Amino acid sequence: MSPRVTVATAARVLTQLRRDPRTVALLLAVPCVLVTLLKEVFAGRPSVFQSIGGPLLGLFPFISMFLVTSITMLRERLSGTLERLMTLPLHKLDILLGYAIAFALFAAVQVSLVSAVAFGLLGLEVGGPKWAVVVLAIGNALLGMSLGLFVSAFATTEFQAVQFMPALVFPQFLLCGLFVAREDMADWLRVLSALLPLTYAYDALAKVAAGGPYGARFVADVAVTAGATVLLLVLAAGTLRRRTP
Amino acid sequence: MTSAVGAPSIRVEGLRVVRGGKVALDGISLEVEPGIVTGLLGPSGSGKSTLMRAAVGVQRVAEGRVTVLGLPAGSPGLRSRVGYRTQAPSVYADLTVYENVRYFGRVLGLTPAAVGEAIETVGLGDDVGSVANRLSGGQLARVALAMALLGEPEVLVLDEPTVGLDPLLRRDLWDTFHALAGKGATLLVSSHVMDEADRCDTLLLLREGRIVATGTPDELRRRTGADELDAVFLRLIEEEP
Repeated sequence: MSPRVTVATAARVLTQLRRDPRTVALLLAVPCVLVTLLKEVFAGRPSVFQSIGGPLLGLFPFISMFLVTSITMLRERLSGTLERLMTLPLHKLDILLGYAIAFALFAAVQVSLVSAVAFGLLGLEVGGPKWAVVVLAIGNALLGMSLGLFVSAFATTEFQAVQFMPALVFPQFLLCGLFVAREDMADWLRVLSALLPLTYAYDALAKVAAGGPYGARFVADVAVTAGATVLLLVLAAGTLRRRTP
Repeated sequence: MTSAVGAPSIRVEGLRVVRGGKVALDGISLEVEPGIVTGLLGPSGSGKSTLMRAAVGVQRVAEGRVTVLGLPAGSPGLRSRVGYRTQAPSVYADLTVYENVRYFGRVLGLTPAAVGEAIETVGLGDDVGSVANRLSGGQLARVALAMALLGEPEVLVLDEPTVGLDPLLRRDLWDTFHALAGKGATLLVSSHVMDEADRCDTLLLLREGRIVATGTPDELRRRTGADELDAVFLRLIEEEP
């Protein structure tokens, strides 16, 4: 592994993002618009915005980074640049960590902006520290990124990659406890949700939004989210093959 | 260059490759010598790209062995010693010429001067700031070539590097290839254009996954009694059992 290659890869990915200002603008503006809409649709019931605003803030980057990374990596596979990279003196993890650094930096900007809007302009309150929402959101961006890197191996076209979002992301949103508390779900749904990483990401955010408690369950939430990220990165590394048929 | 005089840089023994259920290479054996330009000629679909992919170690092989500079093809120790240019230019469409070459240069641990040199060699000095998706096919081909030439590797595997380029540039690039060979590098260059065959020191003629003939262009002319290399190729195929 080489820090030089990792940093070069991160710089390269960020330059590619910068070359596409429309995507950058959408990635930054859309979460701000959505959180504003969320506040407005619940104008009559402000308590709803206050209770789900914090967790949603922390889950946005999961979706956007999942999409951006799966497409970027798919392009890397389709354009042949990945095959070329595999003939160079680098470690697969150099590529993946390069991606991780680039998208974590980008997620930090995205989350800071939407947090400034939500906390500053829209009057969103959370029980716990606001920085904790930001940190968890960046962690969730990395979780989305790892999932995107991994599933890009199973898509052969960009259409397929985009369809992985409703297939793999929406169910996690439905089951994570945001819409219906997990205790109120049928048993089999609760078991299913316990197997999905976003459940833990959401639970950690919900605890911060509620101001605690930060007990063993919170620590487990963070550990599972981080562990799932690492596991998906390792699985993604397994899909980067030096020799192909 | 470190390879011993007389020892082949690339040695292929009984290489058999199956791609998509079809036999792409049917148990071929060959050797590529250092210090000369070896042309890999054959119609499209003859297995040229597959052979080149095997030489750089990205092709899954069914049987046989490929050794480069004494090591199994694709060994970690070879990765900074072998330059490869894929058939379709593998270039980041959203990066500029310079950013593309610089990224590969950084991965290889090269200086910015080496990056600039590779870009100059392929004649893209005036286009360093152009984003790749605005380039012509010929320009893209040259970006990919610059990325392969980075760091003057000991072995260069170039898959149709001059297709679609303007004749003057083609001549310059062939001169560059010979200059690199003169310094001891090994060049394996593929083409499906017979008029490029005469620019190679020695030829490997490939058809349907088999080697049809090997030799210098003049040897092949003498052997077949034909003048044009197109005709030479035709006769060699007709002679086949």
